[in-house]
Amino acid sequence: MTAATYDLGTLHGGLRLSAHKSAATANPIYEVPVPGQLILPIAQHVGDPAQPIVGIGERVLKGQLIAESEGSLSAPIHASSSGKIVAIERWPISRRNGDPGPCIVLETDGEDRPIERWEEAPPYDTLAPDVLLQMILQGGIVGLGGAVFPTAQKLMQANTCELEYLILNGVECEPYISCDDVLMREHAAEVVGGAQILLHALGLDICYIAVESDKPEALHKLTDVLNEISDERIVLKQVPSIYPSGGEDQLVQLVTNREVPSGGLPTDIGCLVQNVATAAAIYDWIEKHEPLISRITTITGDGIPMAMNVRARVGTTVADVVNFAGGYTESAKQLIIGGPMTGRSVTTDRVPLVKATNCVLVMSETPSPGPEMPCIRCGDCAAVCPVQLLPQQLFWYACADDEKNMRSYGLTDCIECGCCDLVCPSHIPLTADFRKAKGRIREQADEKARAERARRRFEARNERLERDEQERKEELDQQKAAAKKGGAAAIAEILKRKKKQDED
Amino acid sequence: MTAISIAVLTLAAIALIAGLALSFASGRLPASDDNLVDQVNELLPQTQCAQCGYPGCRPYAKAIATEGAAINLCPPGGDDTVSRLAELLGREPMPLVEAAPVGRSVAVIDEALCIGCTHCRNACPVDAIVGAHQLMHTIISSECTGCELCIAPCPVDCISLRRVA
Repeated sequence: MTAATYDLGTLHGGLRLSAHKSAATANPIYEVPVPGQLILPIAQHVGDPAQPIVGIGERVLKGQLIAESEGSLSAPIHASSSGKIVAIERWPISRRNGDPGPCIVLETDGEDRPIERWEEAPPYDTLAPDVLLQMILQGGIVGLGGAVFPTAQKLMQANTCELEYLILNGVECEPYISCDDVLMREHAAEVVGGAQILLHALGLDICYIAVESDKPEALHKLTDVLNEISDERIVLKQVPSIYPSGGEDQLVQLVTNREVPSGGLPTDIGCLVQNVATAAAIYDWIEKHEPLISRITTITGDGIPMAMNVRARVGTTVADVVNFAGGYTESAKQLIIGGPMTGRSVTTDRVPLVKATNCVLVMSETPSPGPEMPCIRCGDCAAVCPVQLLPQQLFWYACADDEKNMRSYGLTDCIECGCCDLVCPSHIPLTADFRKAKGRIREQADEKARAERARRRFEARNERLERDEQERKEELDQQKAAAKKGGAAAIAEILKRKKKQDED
Repeated sequence: MTAISIAVLTLAAIALIAGLALSFASGRLPASDDNLVDQVNELLPQTQCAQCGYPGCRPYAKAIATEGAAINLCPPGGDDTVSRLAELLGREPMPLVEAAPVGRSVAVIDEALCIGCTHCRNACPVDAIVGAHQLMHTIISSECTGCELCIAPCPVDCISLRRVA
C-alpha cells in the first residue's frame, strides 16, 4: 500500500496558520560554501556535552571525530571540514540565545579532504540490531526535528519497550520552516532508506511516514519511491496541516489514534517517532559513511531578499549563511533561530548553525500585539490547546507560584506550542510564563533531590562516626580487660613502657 | 434485663466508635515526636552547615520539634523555609536572624596549595571531600552543600566558595 491514506485519529484544538513557505520551497537546495572558520559547540544535543578529544593546533580531516560522547545521554561531534583546530573557547550559541557556550573552533584549509573510510562495512541488514545501534551512535546523529535527542539512545530506550509502529515525522507544521519539505522532495530515497534501516534496527514491521496535505510534491516523490521499491512495511499517511500536528505526541495521536499518557512517552503506547531528516541522516551514515556534519536549513523571513533552503556545514555561522542568501535588507530587525512559534530570538548573528538549526528567520519589526491586559477567562486558550490543558487556570497558578496546582493541572505536559498566546484577546504571554514556571519547578525538584542526597550522606557519615567510636571503645575495653587479667605485674609493665615512650 | 442490655450495647457501640476514631487519627495525624522531627527535617535545606547552632539539619529539626527552638535560625533555607516551618507548626513566621545567601555556592580547593592535612575532609558533614594524608584533596562539587565548614579548619587557606550558575 503506497497511496496516501486518510484514516486518522483526531487532534484537539490547534490552529490553521498561514504557512509562509512557498517563497523558500520555490528554490532548489543551495549548497553553502565551506567558510573559513567553523564553530562547533560541544553541546548540540540534549544531555551531557560531548568531550573534545583534539588539541589546539591539531589538523583534522572532514568527518573526523573531534568530540566523544560522554555519559549515558550524549552524541559525538565530527569535524565538518578539513583544517586546523585553533581554539576551544566560549562562543555565542543559539541554545543560550546568543550567550557564550563552549565551542571547538576549526580553521578550514579549503581542501575539504575527507577522512580515510573504514574498511567496507557489511550491509546493514546482515547486522544484529544492537551492532547497528552502536554504529548509529558513532555517527553523531541526533533528532533533527527540534528536540535534538541523541538518536541512538532514543532507539536503545525504545528497544526495551513493546513497539508496534515506527512513525517518520514529515509534518513540518510550523510556519516559515520548509527544510523537511525540500528534503523529502529532493532526497525521498534517503528518507525511505533510513526508514528501512530503522525498521531493521528496531525489529518492526510497520512504518508510517506522515506528511502534511499541503506538501503535494513531497507526497508525490515519496509515493514514487515507495512504488519503486514496493516495501509493504512502509505506508505513507497524509495528515491535515494544522499547527501543531507535527508535535511528537500529537502526531502519534493523529496517526494511530492512541493518546500518549501524561508524563509518558510515545514508546509507552508502542510508537517510536523519528523525524524524516533524522532518517535520511541515518541512511547517509550507514550507507555512505557520512556522519552528521551538514544539514538543510531554511533561511527565510521578510528581512532578507530571497528565501531559500540551503545545505550548510554544521558550524557555519548565521552571518555567513545570511550573506550567502544575499545579506540583510534594511528592514531586518530581529533574528530568530527556529520558527516563529517555538524558535529562540538571538542577540547576535555570530552564533553557529548546529545540528538542531532547522530555520533562520530574519524578521522586520513585528507590530506589537498591544499591552498585556488582565485575563477575562474567555477560555479561547483552552479551546486551542492541543494537549487539552486549561491555560487560563495554569496562568492563575503560575502567577501565584502554586507549584502543587500547576503540577496537578498538567503544566509539565505543556509542549510550549504557543497556540494560547496567539488567540489570547488580552495578549498575555502565556507560553513564556509557562516556560518560566516549568524552569522554576525543575529547579525546585533539583534542589529537593540535592537536599535528599545531602541528608542521606549526612546520616551515613554520622552512622560511620558512631560505628568507629564504638569499635575504638571495644578495643580499649579489650585491652583493659587483658591488662586486668594479667594482674599487677602486667599493669606495671605497661606503665613502664608508657613512661619510656614519653621520655623518648 | 432489657435496661442492662441496652446499657451494655450502648457502651460497646461508643467503645467501637472511639476505637475507630483513634485508629484513624493515629494513621492520619502527626502524633509522635519522631514523625514531627522528620517533617521538620524535610523542610530544612540539608546543607548541614550548623549555622543554626545545632550540629546539622536533623538535630535542629529535633530542637524545633521537641525543645521549641526558634524557626528563623536557618540562613541557607531563607524566608521560604521559615514560612513553611511556620505553616507546619502553626507558629508566627519571623524574619531570619541572618540574611539568606543568594544562589548556590560550592567550596573549591586550590589544589596547588593543598598540603593534604585532612582537616577539611574530617570537617565535611556530607563526605564531599576526598583525599588521603599528605596527598592532594579535592571536593566532589555535585555533593557539596556550600556549608563553609571546611574553610575555617584549613591551615593554608586554600579553600574558597564559588557561585554555581
